[in-house]
Amino acid sequence: MYFGLSEEQEFFQDNVKKFLADNASIEEIRKITSGEGQELQSEIYQGIINLGVNALLVPEKYGGLGLSLLHAVAISQALGNGVGPIPFSGSYVMAPLAVNLGGNESQREELLPKIASNEIRFGIGLSEFVGAREDAGLEIKNNKVSGRALFVMDAENSDKIILSTKAGILFLIDSKDKNLTINKLTTVDKTRTFHELILDKVNCEVLEESTKDIEIVKRVIDAGRIILAADTLGASESMIEKAVAYSKERKQFNRTIGSFQAVKHMCAEMAADLEPCYSLVWQAAHSFEVDSVNESRLLACQAKSHLSEIGKSISKKATEVHGGMGFTDLLGLHYWFKRIGLNRQILGAPEIVREEAAEIQGFNQ
Amino acid sequence: MDLEFGSEYDEFTKEVESFCKEYSNAIITSSNDKKFEMHDALSGNSNEKSGKIVSRSDWQRLLIEKGYFARSIPKEYGGYGGEPDIIKSRIIATEFSKHKVPNAMGGQGIDMLVPTLLEWGTEEQKQKYIKSTLHGETIWCQGYSEPNAGSDLANLQTKGELIDGKWVINGQKIWTSTAQFSQMMFCLIRTEPEASKHAGISFILIPMDTPGIEIRPLVDMTLKAGFNEVFFDDVTVPEENLVAKRGEGWSVANSVLGHERGSLANPNATMNRLNTLINLMKEETIDGRRLIDVPSYRDRLLQVQGKVMAVQAHSLRLLSSKINPNQNVKLGGMIQKLVGTELRHELEGLAIDIMGELGTLYEDDPNVRDGGSWQFTYMYFLGLIIGGGTNQIQKNIISERGLGMPREPKVTAEV
Ligand SMILES: Cc1cc2nc3c(=O)[nH]c(=O)nc-3n(C[C@H](O)[C@H](O)[C@H](O)COP(=O)(O)OP(=O)(O)OC[C@H]3O[C@@H](n4cnc5c(N)ncnc54)[C@H](O)[C@@H]3O)c2cc1C
Repeated sequence: MYFGLSEEQEFFQDNVKKFLADNASIEEIRKITSGEGQELQSEIYQGIINLGVNALLVPEKYGGLGLSLLHAVAISQALGNGVGPIPFSGSYVMAPLAVNLGGNESQREELLPKIASNEIRFGIGLSEFVGAREDAGLEIKNNKVSGRALFVMDAENSDKIILSTKAGILFLIDSKDKNLTINKLTTVDKTRTFHELILDKVNCEVLEESTKDIEIVKRVIDAGRIILAADTLGASESMIEKAVAYSKERKQFNRTIGSFQAVKHMCAEMAADLEPCYSLVWQAAHSFEVDSVNESRLLACQAKSHLSEIGKSISKKATEVHGGMGFTDLLGLHYWFKRIGLNRQILGAPEIVREEAAEIQGFNQ
Repeated sequence: MDLEFGSEYDEFTKEVESFCKEYSNAIITSSNDKKFEMHDALSGNSNEKSGKIVSRSDWQRLLIEKGYFARSIPKEYGGYGGEPDIIKSRIIATEFSKHKVPNAMGGQGIDMLVPTLLEWGTEEQKQKYIKSTLHGETIWCQGYSEPNAGSDLANLQTKGELIDGKWVINGQKIWTSTAQFSQMMFCLIRTEPEASKHAGISFILIPMDTPGIEIRPLVDMTLKAGFNEVFFDDVTVPEENLVAKRGEGWSVANSVLGHERGSLANPNATMNRLNTLINLMKEETIDGRRLIDVPSYRDRLLQVQGKVMAVQAHSLRLLSSKINPNQNVKLGGMIQKLVGTELRHELEGLAIDIMGELGTLYEDDPNVRDGGSWQFTYMYFLGLIIGGGTNQIQKNIISERGLGMPREPKVTAEV
């Protein structure tokens, strides 16, 4: 029995962490998020790709590494920890899973090797399946899709985008389709991108298996939620580390502020809140592969909503420990704050996810 | 990640499971029922009493015989005498909880004194005390706190002098749980007045019927559990009642504090209480609507469930770190008391909230739900938030020893 990340998973995690520490400092993140660092961003992207993250979840028979969701969780923690300004949860977790689960054999053979070799990049947008805002929603008629999709993940620089109808039918469109309008959304978190898509009779290719089983899109969302929870886990961990380190340096009243109990207790509370979260997220990822759908979906929902709550509280307290400095752009702590804030809302805010968790358990019967 | 215990445990699991099926929802009776009145709610035991009826002493004996309790304690001291096997212990706990089998008796004698004696006691002390403690024949109380030594426990002043080969003890303890039912007390006494604060304390065992002991009950807010003040007036006990050496009492006490903190909020008990709460919410109604169908109540339930699941998963990680010594979960271990007691208090409080006015009923009111256990346990866990090292002290420990933050600067004498 062993409960935790394996050596290999830790190795992946450390590599990503180290790469980001060396190549994506606050100054670099600031450049990228202000739109001036495109070259820099593609270097960081390339560096992470060189570590193999794109091939992670592609099965070996399609040229990938065929690794587990827990590997992806380990990496997602590292990306959250370093506010990695690159696509991951959409392009390299949800998309390969959607193709692998939702595609027929020829679609898998066609697409998965290209993900593994990074010949094609995917964006993915399932927000309307989870809960449509405004008038968003997509309809397929005569193999053409029309409608609007919001908060599509990792669509920037993508070649193809995976979307879903409200009924859970997954399909691909070409990112360059002439009947597609893509608008970049300005969110608080500028370390990752989110887009609005307006489709007017866009050509699409339906992922065939997904027409037979609504579970497929749900599984993809389960995985996405676990990965976002892991991102929040890593980001929260980093915020605690920063708060503790700052509290040991900053002096007021001739004392390091870390010797004030008010400060110490905030840090202890953050640590006490976060420690069980590692266990919950890891168990959710493990469960995704070994347990029944309902068991693992409950864990995925609870990991997503619990981490959203804990992340919110930690991002507030850690900022407070830094005093006025925490509030500045200069320190850049807000990148973590905002990343956690975005993870909370995407693929279902806590209340919405908890309602799903209630339904899974039959509380409505 | 590997959550399988391995096929070598399959047989064992089956054996435990079949025992558990036999004793599912068993009713444990005791000659002194009052003492255990709320025991079941606290330890998360089932309240659907429909199974076999067994007396508490038979139950203890049976569990030891089977190796489901006192498993790794040597036979010669009344235990089962098995090899320590954390996985087997875990299987036992999980199966008992799953099948709603009442747990063995706990308490400070079993949870704290027995491990203390195993580590520090002389052969005679082990022979004399462990067996009767395990069988529930000797109940112990813990005499640590004093009026001026609570969080600052090392400030304790109850004095012990060795006169003619006997300890003569004078002073006062307070907040002593179960002293009124106990045969024995394990106690921290200042025996070396010249030594420094921490080095002057000894760990001494005191029979509660020794002349000179006066027990004054202190009613606590639950009106049910009860702790006490205990006064010592020339209380004389044999020299061999000292555990470890003179002046080692602080180390002895600290070596088992961890046991207490871990046991204060057992995640299995918390999970069982959560399940009881879910059932309650399906049964109780407001305006004819089930409480679980009220969205705001349901959302709070789900929030608590997320925390309970996190703590449960966490207990697996802690278990894993015991089996795999390379795994470092130091910080993860330190947070247990803080997180576990706060969570239980929140969970019990939620049950009261969803019942509204009915949630305020208590004691023998004919309309009270679950025997008043929700209010009782809600209050009791506030006691546990304070007892066993307050949760503020826990935060000091987590921040200083876990996160390496600086200690409080010493203040020069207050005016
Ligand atoms: C239900 C219950 C059962 C108990 N059973 C026993 C028992 O069987 N045997 C026994 O010996 N004792 C027992 N105790 C006593 C318990 O250990 C003490 O109550 C506890 O250690 C706190 O001490 P105190 O009550 O003197 O509070 P104080 O130490 O006076 O604390 C008062 C407040 O000050 C805070 N405080 C104190 N020092 C610090 C600090 N350094 N930093 C931050 N905050 C601080 C505390 O957190 C608390 O909020 C029990 C207590 C309870 C509630």
